Amino acid sequence: MNNLLEIRDLRLSYEVRGIRRKAPEVLRGVSLDIAPGETLGLVGESGSGKTTLGRAILGLAEPTGGTISFDGRDITRLGVKPRRALARDIQVVFQDPYSSLNPALQIADILAEPLIAQGAAHGDSRRDVMTLLDQVGLPADAADRYPREFSGGQRQRVAIARALALKPRLIVCDEPVSALDLTTQARVLDLLVDIQRDTGVAYLFITHDLQVVRHISHRVAVMYKGELVEVGSADDVTTRPAHDYTRSLMLAAPTADPDRQRERRALRQRHRERMGAAER
Amino acid sequence: MTSQTTDATAAPAARATKKRAGAVRRLLRNPLGVGSLAVLAAVIILGQLGAVLAQHDPNFSSLDAINLPVGSPDYPLGADQYGRDILARLIASINVSLISGAIGAGVAVVVGTSFGLLAGYRGKRTDAVASWSFNLLMTFPALVLVIVLYPVTGGSYQVMMAIFGLFLAPGTFRLVRNMVVGVRAELYVDAARVAGLPTRRILTRHILAVVRGPIIISVAFLASQAIGIQSGLAFLGLGDINVPSFGMMTGDAFANIYLHPDQLVWPSALMALLIGSIILLGNAYRDALAAPQSTVKRDKDARRAPASTQVGHPGADSDSSRSGDGVRTNLLTVRNLRVRYPQTDGSEKAVVDGASLRIDMGEVVGLVGESGSGKTQTAFSILGLLPREARVEADELTLAGEPILGLSPKEMRRFRGGALAYIPQEPMSNLDPSFTVGSQLIEGLRGSMSKREAKELVVGLLDRVGIRDAARVYGSYPHQISGGMAQRVLIAGAVASRPKLLIADEPTTALDVTVQAEILDLLRDLQGEFGMGVLMVTHNFGVVADLCDRVAVMRLGEIVETGDVRTIFREPSHPYTQELVGAILDEETLRTDPPPVARERLEGNR
Repeated sequence: MNNLLEIRDLRLSYEVRGIRRKAPEVLRGVSLDIAPGETLGLVGESGSGKTTLGRAILGLAEPTGGTISFDGRDITRLGVKPRRALARDIQVVFQDPYSSLNPALQIADILAEPLIAQGAAHGDSRRDVMTLLDQVGLPADAADRYPREFSGGQRQRVAIARALALKPRLIVCDEPVSALDLTTQARVLDLLVDIQRDTGVAYLFITHDLQVVRHISHRVAVMYKGELVEVGSADDVTTRPAHDYTRSLMLAAPTADPDRQRERRALRQRHRERMGAAER
Repeated sequence: MTSQTTDATAAPAARATKKRAGAVRRLLRNPLGVGSLAVLAAVIILGQLGAVLAQHDPNFSSLDAINLPVGSPDYPLGADQYGRDILARLIASINVSLISGAIGAGVAVVVGTSFGLLAGYRGKRTDAVASWSFNLLMTFPALVLVIVLYPVTGGSYQVMMAIFGLFLAPGTFRLVRNMVVGVRAELYVDAARVAGLPTRRILTRHILAVVRGPIIISVAFLASQAIGIQSGLAFLGLGDINVPSFGMMTGDAFANIYLHPDQLVWPSALMALLIGSIILLGNAYRDALAAPQSTVKRDKDARRAPASTQVGHPGADSDSSRSGDGVRTNLLTVRNLRVRYPQTDGSEKAVVDGASLRIDMGEVVGLVGESGSGKTQTAFSILGLLPREARVEADELTLAGEPILGLSPKEMRRFRGGALAYIPQEPMSNLDPSFTVGSQLIEGLRGSMSKREAKELVVGLLDRVGIRDAARVYGSYPHQISGGMAQRVLIAGAVASRPKLLIADEPTTALDVTVQAEILDLLRDLQGEFGMGVLMVTHNFGVVADLCDRVAVMRLGEIVETGDVRTIFREPSHPYTQELVGAILDEETLRTDPPPVARERLEGNR
């Protein structure tokens, strides 16, 4: 077994109050592998379950069935202590750089927190914070400032630095560039790729943006209504989609060229008519 | 939280390093804060100076002194009907009241906050049990119970206040629990859990730090409640006779009210002063914690149209441009638009700084820029929807030849309901959740037609914007429809008045790509059908390529380049436009490098 993360037939439904109410399943039997140092792009629309899958891996949502194993070890339902220890291996970068940093803490405290929680000494952690800031391209004087003094892109760099603090082997990136401006987005993506080349960390990269996914992923998985409809190399899935849903997703994404977009629009409308005909 | 802060990149560090110190400084700048703090401090100091100021023991009683008037030698405030020094008793009472307040509020805050934190954070069963217990505690009549428990407490006011504090705890518990439930959903709490932080550390560092403001404020109210209750109990005669307190003093004075009513004044006045200053201090602290910019005064001439525009007859002849006049193709002209906001330090911050824009009839113009570039501010100035403190000026701002800057709200409404329409970014938050979709859409039409006609028209429109079961959606509440459907509903509402200009502010940003494609199709169809001009505010170049004829690129409040959509994409002339277009992720680019680390190296590292 040379996979870092293995997910087998994962199911998850959220609790519903009341007796005999059947809970809707958010994940309906998802199986997925991530190799060390690899980026797996996970694409899907809102409500498809892609964020829930990430939260299940992080231990923030409890699966109702199936297994998640990390490095050959079952981590589906870990107790408090082993889950805390797993923080060294699995980390997260969230979408919203505004709510993912505590406004009351200075950057240095935010970055040192995971280190101290894992038993680092205060002096060491200060030095590590400087290294981390350097790693994500922020100036050293950022350490003593508060999150609100930074732009969205810089905050996302702080969040990335926090994820890197414990030198994890897998980072779940939940739409990390969706809230960013175009120019910032490109820079943060480059940063993520550079970090991966340097450290060999693997990414589960959750996004709805197909251009972004092509840019960063080795492989792509497409999720629809709680199931994976297609998994394959980034090139195969995004240029030669096998599944109809993937195809409509590709055609719906507008391209930044008026003439090419006109063609794509026509293709999409034809595709939709064909799908409509198939339904009938 | 606020989008304006987005590019406040390099704000001076010193300004923000002391947030709490800032709140204290603001408190001290507020006359209410300084005044109440001074009164409270004076009362507390008076209590500590008892030994120096008073000539007698508060319980020392002298037959010679009975009912001495104010200003008697050795008895500056006179003596009561038992011949005891009123000043000495007043000073002693201050300390009793302060201790009562501290014990009552202390017990309530400690118990309420700790259980509130736990219940809010843990949720589920912990929350259910704690909430149920505190609700039960709330149903007990606290005052009656404190009286009934008199034999247990033995009349000690400290113990009575501790028990009373327990009954005050449910209020604090609910406050803290509800705040924690809110903060708990914040992503940084999730991030702290993923980082492996122990629960105790998450609670104290991440949650308590954020919710402490309201807790501090509630202390003021709890303390004053405890002081009031302690006085009430002592007034009724419950408690140790040898412990003077405001309540006991008013009780004694009350018995003597027909002979010497002035004796009632001293304890009542001092108690009012004490409780009043505590409550006002709490209020001042709340104001200090709230946003500092709320103090900005509104300038009456905020919306100034320069003399050059025809403000003289705003909307005088509304029909001239509505009917006929097909020669003119110019729909919207914005010349040198400036939007500024007054800051707390008296200066002004320009968010739009000399923007000029033109839209012809039936033309779709994209206004692109990054967050904070002022594109939404520009759109809102045209709509007349900026907040009141905004100062809007322009050399020219005309819609179909009519000036729309400096109009009264009523005249502006006439435009917005007619020639000018708007589609927002967040469809859901622009529909009122407590009314049906239909009732919100016919609101604007009810003035000119019967309810049945309006309904017919709206259902027709809903059908037109591609809603399959229009009649059902008409009767639905907003939460029963999807985001894409809600955006269609708002588009239907926007085009109901056959507007000449439709302003769409990131209309598809909150939607999925497949839904976005459909909404763009719909906008294109409607634009063609009605011949509307459209101002499309967006940061998405795909949307621009799909829909727009011309593009205006905005940066830092200025429009740096305007041009035909193909020119902007292929030969951008301004360096900033070049940078923006260069940042568009190329569709052809595909990551080709293999996963960077060989397995052996990774294992070697560990």
